[in-house]
Amino acid sequence: MESLKAGAQVIEGNTAAVIAAALARVQVIAAYPITPSSPIVESLSDLCAQGKLQARFIPVESEHSAMAACIGAAMTGCRTFTATSSQGLALMHELLHWSAGSRLPIVLVNVNRALAPPWTIFCDQSDAFSQRDTGWMQIYCETAQEVLDSVLQAYRISEEVLLPCMVNMDGFYLSHTAEPVEVPDPKEVDCFLPGFEPRFHLDAADPHAFGGGTAPAPYMEFRHQMQEAMEEAKDRIVRVGEEFGRQFGRSYGLLELYRAENASLLVVTSGSITGTAREAVDGLRDQGLAVGLLRVRFLRPFPAEEVRRAVSSAETLLVLDRAVSYGQGGTLAQEFKAALYGQDRLQIFSIVMGLGGAPVTRQMIEETTLMALERTLDPCRSHWLGGTI
Amino acid sequence: MWEIRFHGRGGQGAVIASKILASALFREGLYTQAFPSFGAERRGAPVAAFLRADRAPIRVRGEMAGADHLLILDVSLLALPDLLKGYRESGWIIINSPCAPLDLGFPLHYRVATVDADRIAWGLELGSRAFPIVNTAILGAFARASGLVSVECLNDAMNPFISVKPERNRKAIRQAYEEANLSAPRPFEVEPCAQG
Repeated sequence: MESLKAGAQVIEGNTAAVIAAALARVQVIAAYPITPSSPIVESLSDLCAQGKLQARFIPVESEHSAMAACIGAAMTGCRTFTATSSQGLALMHELLHWSAGSRLPIVLVNVNRALAPPWTIFCDQSDAFSQRDTGWMQIYCETAQEVLDSVLQAYRISEEVLLPCMVNMDGFYLSHTAEPVEVPDPKEVDCFLPGFEPRFHLDAADPHAFGGGTAPAPYMEFRHQMQEAMEEAKDRIVRVGEEFGRQFGRSYGLLELYRAENASLLVVTSGSITGTAREAVDGLRDQGLAVGLLRVRFLRPFPAEEVRRAVSSAETLLVLDRAVSYGQGGTLAQEFKAALYGQDRLQIFSIVMGLGGAPVTRQMIEETTLMALERTLDPCRSHWLGGTI
Repeated sequence: MWEIRFHGRGGQGAVIASKILASALFREGLYTQAFPSFGAERRGAPVAAFLRADRAPIRVRGEMAGADHLLILDVSLLALPDLLKGYRESGWIIINSPCAPLDLGFPLHYRVATVDADRIAWGLELGSRAFPIVNTAILGAFARASGLVSVECLNDAMNPFISVKPERNRKAIRQAYEEANLSAPRPFEVEPCAQG
């Protein structure tokens, strides 16, 4: 059992994000409030107004403008932060491409919330999964602690590879749930994450332009550089996660395995479903079943090589998606099928569950895992589980 | 694992109470997880909050089907059909009521504690006459009945959550602790129930 740390506080995921932004000494915050991420924006606005956080808070009229302001600020070399959810992230879409294409290390906390209509404020990951191809790195957190730790790591990684990073936490299951979180000492964070010194930035004394027009051939080169930066990021993510572990006692990587040794079936998760899935895996292991868990921490860059290594002894994957790509199925399942193409011994089953806050219980995961072990699921389609289906 | 459910009306402070208790139980050495019934909250409408506490880190998420303890901040909520749903009879039902526990019509073997939290809140000018804020008083009564948490830990845990009238809220905790009416003697130790 882990020991309870004296320095821990019982705080919500949203509060963990606020503390992380403050610890990262962000210089500019531009944001527009939207449930369930509003408390992040309100708290940061308060802290700036009270002078407790030496940052410029730019109130804007929309999420599109929030990201536009972040882009402008980041181009001057400032460490820049924003937070949003769902419709807000969708409204940012154009500028997510713009910020990644401009190679700006902006960090965005997205509190995962389903998209409307029908109108809902509850959790799923379709909002972030549908921004998969914008050039942003994407982290999916399991706990409020991981939210705090990931924001700090995100700045390190982003500023090294010059790609923006989206730190995702499931709406309400993390954002509004209070749990123990260790808050690191600011001086230690300063050692881990020194101030940002950009290689290129807007400077009136040394004029440069960002994002000008370009011909087809160099455009191709710019895009290839982004792809290479994503590939390079994988190594940085692992090294930064290990360094974080040495300094703060909690290590992180591209993915995480739980009781995966000799597992014939791996349950694949992202985000806050993972904790409940760990309980299910323990229950199935107690019944003598060789079941483990693979948690995806980074969706982009997608750790295809690490996934192939992790599943080398498994026969079945059960991918739990809290998102769907209509006309195809579970988004995460597609990623796994693409990464594992040609490994014919593997059967990959896709489950779509928990959309729009539909409950996901340990029992549901256990039952569907048993069906996957018995191969009574159809591998050619996604199975929908829960809600009123 | 202990599972604790709070029922109140918007404005009484049930959600804040769940966070204070989560922080206090953490100070007592337990891992905790507290969350409200998700969605919009409206003044006067029924709200619920949930709290898990365990000796091991808590991994499971989502709403709880059962409850070892129930903290009911408004006695009129007893009219709701599902209010006691999932109640495990080894735990306590804490109710804001001037009545004696046995006068509330529960089965005789239920462990019920009452405290006149409205009167305590009015006396200490917590909230208004129409909307007394009774969350700290109900926690004091819970401390007395359950023995899971001390008044001192509740006082310490209150700080980041209650910035208005902290001294009066401390008094409310203490007064409710002393005035709570228990239907049964407190067991020597309340055993944790099986995980839900």
